[in-house]
Amino acid sequence: MNHRYFPHTPADIAEMLERCGAATPGDLYADVPEQLRLAGEYDLPTSMTEKEVRDYFNRLASANRQLTCFAGGGFYHRYTPAAVPALMSRSEFLTSYTPYQPEISQGTLQYIFEYQSMMAELTGLDVSNASMYDGTTATAEAMMMAVAATRKRNTVLISGSVAPAVRNVAATYARYHGIDLQEIESDNGVTSLDDLKQKLSSGKVAGVILPQPNYFGIIEDLTGFADAIHQAGALMIMNCIASDLAVLRSPGEWGADIAAGDAQSLGMPLSYGGPYLGFLCCTKALIRKMPGRIVGATKDAGGNRTFVLTLQAREQHIRRDKATSNICSNQGLMALHTAIYLSLLGTEGLKEVCTAGANGAHYLADKLTRTGKMRLKYPDRPFLNEFAMSCDFDVDCMLKVCTAHDILGGIKLDNHSILIAVTEMQTIEELDRLAEIVATSNFA
Amino acid sequence: MNKEYYGKLIFELSREGRSGAAIPDAGCPDAQIPAALARVHTPELPQADEPTVVRHYTNMSANNFGVDTGFYPLGSCTMKYNPKINEEMCSLPAMASLHPHAPAETTQGALEAYWTLQRALSEIGGMAEFTLNPFSGAHGELTGLMVIRAYHDSWGDHARTKVIVPDSAHGTNPASAAVAGLKVVEVKSLPDGTVDADALEAMLDDSVAAVMMTNPNTAGIFESNVARITDMVHRAGALMYYDGANLNPMLGIARPGDMGFDVMHINLHKTFSTPHGGGGPGSGPVGVRDGLEKFLPNPRVVKNSDGTFGITASGEALGSISATLGNFAVQLRALSYILSLGKEGLAEAGLLATLNANYIKESLRDLYKLPIDRVCKHEFVFDGLADKNSGVTTLDIAKRLLDYGFHAPTIYFPLLFHESLMIEPTETESKETLDCFIKAMRDIAREAAENPEVVKTAPHTTPVSRPDDTAAALNPTVTWKELKNSAG
Amino acid sequence: MSKTYFSKTHEYVTVDGDSAVIGISDFAQKALGNVVYVDMPEEGDEITAGEDFGAVESVKAASDLIAPVSGEVVETNEALVDNPRLVNDDCMANWIIKITLSDPSELDSLMDEDAYKAFCESEAAH
Repeated sequence: MNHRYFPHTPADIAEMLERCGAATPGDLYADVPEQLRLAGEYDLPTSMTEKEVRDYFNRLASANRQLTCFAGGGFYHRYTPAAVPALMSRSEFLTSYTPYQPEISQGTLQYIFEYQSMMAELTGLDVSNASMYDGTTATAEAMMMAVAATRKRNTVLISGSVAPAVRNVAATYARYHGIDLQEIESDNGVTSLDDLKQKLSSGKVAGVILPQPNYFGIIEDLTGFADAIHQAGALMIMNCIASDLAVLRSPGEWGADIAAGDAQSLGMPLSYGGPYLGFLCCTKALIRKMPGRIVGATKDAGGNRTFVLTLQAREQHIRRDKATSNICSNQGLMALHTAIYLSLLGTEGLKEVCTAGANGAHYLADKLTRTGKMRLKYPDRPFLNEFAMSCDFDVDCMLKVCTAHDILGGIKLDNHSILIAVTEMQTIEELDRLAEIVATSNFA
Repeated sequence: MNKEYYGKLIFELSREGRSGAAIPDAGCPDAQIPAALARVHTPELPQADEPTVVRHYTNMSANNFGVDTGFYPLGSCTMKYNPKINEEMCSLPAMASLHPHAPAETTQGALEAYWTLQRALSEIGGMAEFTLNPFSGAHGELTGLMVIRAYHDSWGDHARTKVIVPDSAHGTNPASAAVAGLKVVEVKSLPDGTVDADALEAMLDDSVAAVMMTNPNTAGIFESNVARITDMVHRAGALMYYDGANLNPMLGIARPGDMGFDVMHINLHKTFSTPHGGGGPGSGPVGVRDGLEKFLPNPRVVKNSDGTFGITASGEALGSISATLGNFAVQLRALSYILSLGKEGLAEAGLLATLNANYIKESLRDLYKLPIDRVCKHEFVFDGLADKNSGVTTLDIAKRLLDYGFHAPTIYFPLLFHESLMIEPTETESKETLDCFIKAMRDIAREAAENPEVVKTAPHTTPVSRPDDTAAALNPTVTWKELKNSAG
Repeated sequence: MSKTYFSKTHEYVTVDGDSAVIGISDFAQKALGNVVYVDMPEEGDEITAGEDFGAVESVKAASDLIAPVSGEVVETNEALVDNPRLVNDDCMANWIIKITLSDPSELDSLMDEDAYKAFCESEAAH
């Protein structure tokens, strides 16, 4: 019996071999030297039936624990409307390749065009690319883009209040690519404008990366930042949480040139780290410096509106070592997720998502403060749906106790501070329960 | 599909006051955002109800071609069938709901999946260890080159700044090297498409960090002298990088590690059958030989002595290239695929992929120019039609194939030939499908001779005809707002 | 009196005293097809003979601009920003950059019009 994924019958194989002038399929490998060949077979299990595969994964799944999630740090437990996965699972979307043949790829090209339009709206910038891997790599690409766009400048500044994961990935790219990446000091939880101005005075700064909201959940007041950055001849890059742009002053409104970040917050399953989506938007002036794919509108030979991959001469398959980036894919399916999610929610729905999270977060922060054991780490800073708290107790102890109650209590910042996120997914009972656990446990 | 009713953008279907989702609300009191920090201009997202959204995207999908709708002989892309069970396994709620910061003791199943796939890829690649963190093949290449730089740096050898790639290499190779801060030098191919080992030898010195190769190469030819090449590269103090884009035909036959490669990546969306999703998400795990593990990026998954799984980070690592453990849901699909095929199924996949490619090649060689006349592996390259008199180009042939209900092969790549037409059938195509494709290709060759116009103006039956690419690039219109404004 | 020289990478340089304009030849613009973008250096940039100073893009190709001679960029052809296809319309009139030559002796290694014509014919024969 053949394997269920292979259509070949013995008669097919015999007939095909005859045309190839070979006696066995192995004869087609006569050019592989004997000493390079695999001796025997792989040390791997033998083929499983579908039921065995299912049993295997069910066993793994049962070794995971489902927790009520108060962790954020850039990734949020959000509700995904049922229509999103239902539409994404359509084979015509799922099993297609990059839309290099536009005549039979209008589905993919059109949803990317819609995605780009939506992200440009959210960020308040002119244009968007077709998406990138995730928020960390999109921000690193924005950093390299700033260096390429400004020429002769090789320093990039990144705020110390940007999420550590983003800073780490940017630092890795910077180190190998030869960019001098410097950190801007924080002042009471937010980017220090004084330190920024001082570092800009070197005259070598190509770009400045600022967060919104920042890692501690704080909505930063960026008044005066764009002017300072532009006067120094640098580009302003904002690392944002996509969903929050429905209610927060947008990168375009702050005067940013580039916005980059993760769109996981737009209802994408957490999925233990991916796939998510990195977005990258910029002003029209910078479009030819933007990495990644871009879909544009044009007409076909019959004058019909048609979508195509455009500005491809910037990309790796044509420019090779002079390309603006080495990226040669996008997160196609996750761009489709984003387009469907935003189509269903619209601006009002997305605002409600932000509001529900913000209301819950302020409610919980208040409740936790009233236990007398925790207090806001930056009490005079505004926040949306995530906040940092200083604790009288050891955070590891608290997280352990929470886990025992099937709660993921937050993300540890240090031994005595924690980052807590609330979204539309937690009920008021669950918020009360976390406060109750803090109130009644001694975390020792 | 009726274009007049259904061919619109979702923005054109938007009507004030419609909504397609109800947002849960815990009913907490209203919190205020300071006015100076709040959004000024409302973003113009569509307003649409659920039925409108569902019909819109369902109709759009009908304008797409996928592996599930037809044969996709796209060279170097390995468009094999994507099994349905994999989709279910990666969406199990107990996997899909895990937060990347959840403590390891609550994610043991997920970590076991990651570790098991990592071990399986190490076995298949003949490598010591893999990281699954890179998000794509290109990201894997970049990560692998960073490993190589970290290795040279670790003993103070900072002079190795060059990467040698064959002129037949995938475009990502030189682009990844440039992002990794390395200078790219090309080595020429011989007329048979293989690397000119003598020319390569002459280029090796102590400024070379690595040589990148794919084997079989982009012309589908196995580089038989790979052992000689890896040997001379190692003697020169450089490392060998294996671009795993063409791993599929080598399954069960030979392992990159045994060929002498030090670092490699695998495209899970090619060899291990995870869906391409219209361009992503992919996954590009990176493997290294013994001694290079410590340079792999953070975080890493380890199996503890008590049988549990944990996450670690090391100071010797090259740094981190992702916030998380990568595209986890893609990894789960690949694991499901490997378990479904098992060791014997994997070995069969490679053989059948090669058989399918050679069968097409031998069936069309009289009508299409075969510049490299050798046994191929998973793919091969025609240099356009054998009879060039009609003026029908590779682009025309590709477009005409769409009318016959097939996706086009990869065209104008590799750059070795002017009219490259690169065909990779994969193992999941039946003989009947291949025969239909062969017949279509033969019909097109006949049309080119008898009625070239029908080929030159193709496609004729697709949802749209050939687009004006020049207009798109001259005046980029990339959002609904720009499109609306340009219409006046 | 101005004189025009050509490089093997199909750039031309038309020299008038210390000043010169650089563009791509008719052979190059035909090979490239419809030009959709010209990536140019900035005024004040130094260019070095044999090194790239920009690129010309068509829809599916990009060609590096290789400096035939060294010098300082004194002007870029701003008309190409809005209408890159001018390069196709008349590549000799629509030069890409104007420079001040730093080493006129570099011109000696370039071809004159006749030699370039013969060179193109031999290229096309391949």
